[in-house]
Amino acid sequence: MTGPATIFDKPNAYIGKSVSRSDARRLLEGRGRFVDDIQLPRTLHAAFLRSPYAHAEIVHIDSTEAETAPGVVRVFKGEDLIGVVEPYVGILTHLAGLRSAPQMPIAVDRARWQGEPVAMVVASTRGEAEDAAELIAADLDPIPEACDAETALDEDAPVIHPELGTNLAWERLVEVGDTDAAFSRDDVHVAERTFRFGRHTGVTLEPRSAIAEFNPAEGKLTFWYSGQAPHMMQFILAKHLGLVEENVRVVAHDVGGSFGIKIHTYGDEIATAAVARIMGRPVKFVADRFESFLSDIHARDHVVNARIAMERNGLIAGLEFDDLSGIGPYSMYPRTSAIEMNQVLNLTGAPYVLPNYRARGRVVFQNKNMMCQYRAVGHPIAMAIADCLLEDAAAGIGMDPVEVRRRNLMADDGYPRTSAAGMKLDDLSHQRTLQELIDTMDYSGLRIAQAEALANGIHRGIGFVSMVEVTNPSPMFYGVGGAPIASQDGASLRLDAGGGLRISSSITEQGQGTNTILAQIAAGVFGVPIERVTVATGDTDTAPYGGGTWASRGAGIGGEAMLLAAHALKEQVLEVAASMLQTTVSALDIREGMIVDGGGARISLSDLARTVYYRGNELPSDLNPELVATRHFRVTGFPFVFTNGAMAAHVEVDTETGLVRILNFWAVEDCGRAINPRLVEEQVRGGIVQGIGGALYEECIYSGDGQLQNATMEDYLVPMAAEMPDIVVKHVETPTKTSILGAKGAGEAGTGGAPAAIMNAVNDALRPLDASIWRMPMTPERILKALGRI
Amino acid sequence: MSRLHRVTIEINGEQVTASIAARVNLIDFIRTEAGFTGSHLGCEHGVCGACTIEVDGAAVRGCLMLAVQADGANVVTVEGLAGMGRAKNLRAAFLAENALQCGYCTPGMLVSALEYIESGESSDRATIRAHMAGNYCRCTGYQAIVDAIAAVIESGEGA
Repeated sequence: MTGPATIFDKPNAYIGKSVSRSDARRLLEGRGRFVDDIQLPRTLHAAFLRSPYAHAEIVHIDSTEAETAPGVVRVFKGEDLIGVVEPYVGILTHLAGLRSAPQMPIAVDRARWQGEPVAMVVASTRGEAEDAAELIAADLDPIPEACDAETALDEDAPVIHPELGTNLAWERLVEVGDTDAAFSRDDVHVAERTFRFGRHTGVTLEPRSAIAEFNPAEGKLTFWYSGQAPHMMQFILAKHLGLVEENVRVVAHDVGGSFGIKIHTYGDEIATAAVARIMGRPVKFVADRFESFLSDIHARDHVVNARIAMERNGLIAGLEFDDLSGIGPYSMYPRTSAIEMNQVLNLTGAPYVLPNYRARGRVVFQNKNMMCQYRAVGHPIAMAIADCLLEDAAAGIGMDPVEVRRRNLMADDGYPRTSAAGMKLDDLSHQRTLQELIDTMDYSGLRIAQAEALANGIHRGIGFVSMVEVTNPSPMFYGVGGAPIASQDGASLRLDAGGGLRISSSITEQGQGTNTILAQIAAGVFGVPIERVTVATGDTDTAPYGGGTWASRGAGIGGEAMLLAAHALKEQVLEVAASMLQTTVSALDIREGMIVDGGGARISLSDLARTVYYRGNELPSDLNPELVATRHFRVTGFPFVFTNGAMAAHVEVDTETGLVRILNFWAVEDCGRAINPRLVEEQVRGGIVQGIGGALYEECIYSGDGQLQNATMEDYLVPMAAEMPDIVVKHVETPTKTSILGAKGAGEAGTGGAPAAIMNAVNDALRPLDASIWRMPMTPERILKALGRI
Repeated sequence: MSRLHRVTIEINGEQVTASIAARVNLIDFIRTEAGFTGSHLGCEHGVCGACTIEVDGAAVRGCLMLAVQADGANVVTVEGLAGMGRAKNLRAAFLAENALQCGYCTPGMLVSALEYIESGESSDRATIRAHMAGNYCRCTGYQAIVDAIAAVIESGEGA
């Protein structure tokens, strides 16, 4: 697809420029508006009593004492919401065979994870609600639990949903070529490992939060929430509370971090909306940090047995793995908890030419908190399987990890093509990004320094990853399976009487800079200074219908809709201008807020708009301008638009303490056209640091009976400033041909790729000691165990 | 629980008086009683730093101090910094370096960074990182925050 080239290089073009974020100013002055900042009259505050057991029969809940506690208005149990909330089931039809059980916001007969709500108190203050929750006498009878995913399929394991007859939620097998034959060849080197990826979670600094207000006179529910997908939430609230969809307004103002945590349906949030409707008063729920750890979705939790067969010349002959993942007691609604496994099967080895590929994935129910889509869904597992086995095998045949990549990575001029798992790939640059990475990091110099350090007893390692990233999903991701999740997005813009542009878009802002890139596109394509653009997102009452921001879809899909709308409005305005100026559209352009022709500025946009709005008598009677344009865009022809990148980590392992220090990290990312290079770099950096967290620090540690042991920020380690390295980020730009804008996403890359690079670097450091580690997070204890020191 | 305590705290130059339970922490007082919602709660146990504010000139975790302990104190939050024209260069540097994304940690980051800069510390990146190690940011990866603080120090024009 080609478009008007002038939009990228005309005088007031902003695409490709690192303009700063105008909405950052109010955040810097404490003028943000997060959910908990909203204080409505007569608000009730919710607190939940959560199951202390991983698996328990709910015998009886006595709330008598709680109901008479100071400030308490009412206590709700699971049964109180029967008939008020329609149960929900997290399945999608395109994930054949996926099963789950109906779920209610508050557990009714049985609690299935530690942290599942079993009662809800609404009171005048949160403190009073919490006090009263402690007075509830909950008679819960613990029953045998199935916590360990690896034994949840055993014959003697308790079945969490007896009506399903099994703890197996979903299974998929991908088989391409003849893998058995590849591994049985006597001229291949086989590397086989068992990988373990710990559970971690998003730890958004702003916890999940919601305020629901129901107006019985209008039958209208307004739901302010800290979330990423307002229209999805509108559908869900309407469907499950039995409301007319247009009577549900969902608003997401400032969102204090989301990373996929805030695209799901949580029982406590649904209960908040249901109770607001029952009470006819606003109800506010803000999770505290303990609740966040117990109820925000967790992620990863995979055990993978994997092997690679490599020819002596470094070519991959075959790749095979079996992945088992625990997803908690339900498949999360509505996106399901099978998507991450599906991604692992789809993405593993996708950068490489893989003639023979076999992968089995199984997701199983267990009595732990639910697992679902979190930043870089499936990517860190997929990249680690392929790239860590690749470097392991390369070491086995004595080949350099860069050289083995050069031999196996798909050629940059070989697209379009499909991956072994059948993914349609186009516009990728693996070889070029790898070369750019090598040039940037001074690879040969580092190897010399590494050898010198080793001679002094210092163990340093260098590790790489070449990766793909799923962005810009089409309807094939969710919509095809029946989920109320839009794959298209819309953008509207209006020329106001003052000459400014007012934008409304269905993609949402959680700090990535969504609003800024929309303004950049609109200002540049239409022709006004960016300061004259205001952007509104996150409100279902006013935004065009669309999907929101997740799966790195905002810039690529929402941005293209913005471009198309700005172009349409420009054509409309020029038609009016041509009429007013008695000339032709082709003789005119819009620059810096002025209609111009070859001779310079002719009329300001404000003059034009005021003529249209106030003095229509000056226009021909057959000219009826609206000065507003809306366009929508979806990706067609591809299920996803893949990006690619290459990253490298340089680490030092202290063999006495087991501590890993990251000395350097480099990333070369190709996300197509970078609308705002600085914002792309910051997405990549922030993502890498999240990936470092998963690789080295973060883990939800459970006891054998399903108790989360580290549900505080003191015990669950997140990356902090002191341990993090400076990260070098470079761009390669291969625009996608699926749009004029050519932008792909950039949000997942760092989190998806960094863990594999770090694992490779650690193993490179450990190799002279004949040790290796295949488990994340790579904690000091695990490193020392790998070294045989403890 | 039912016994109330009358406290007066100067917040961003305004005298705020309220009768509160002893258990109300300072940050809840600031947000709820005084209505200054710029400071945020992140963990409520002193780890994340989102609620860092100035109390009598010192950077303090607002969630670890009771409001009754701050009776008579002078408190400055992110709104106060902006209102009094303080940390102007720091805010400009945060904007220029994109040292914030969602902005939820930013009010605490600014107060911690201001404390560092005003104490005359160096622009050495490791030293900045060590000082800022008590403020959690999930979005940026910290590098842009370090860049912003270093830039302010290197400009020699103060925060």
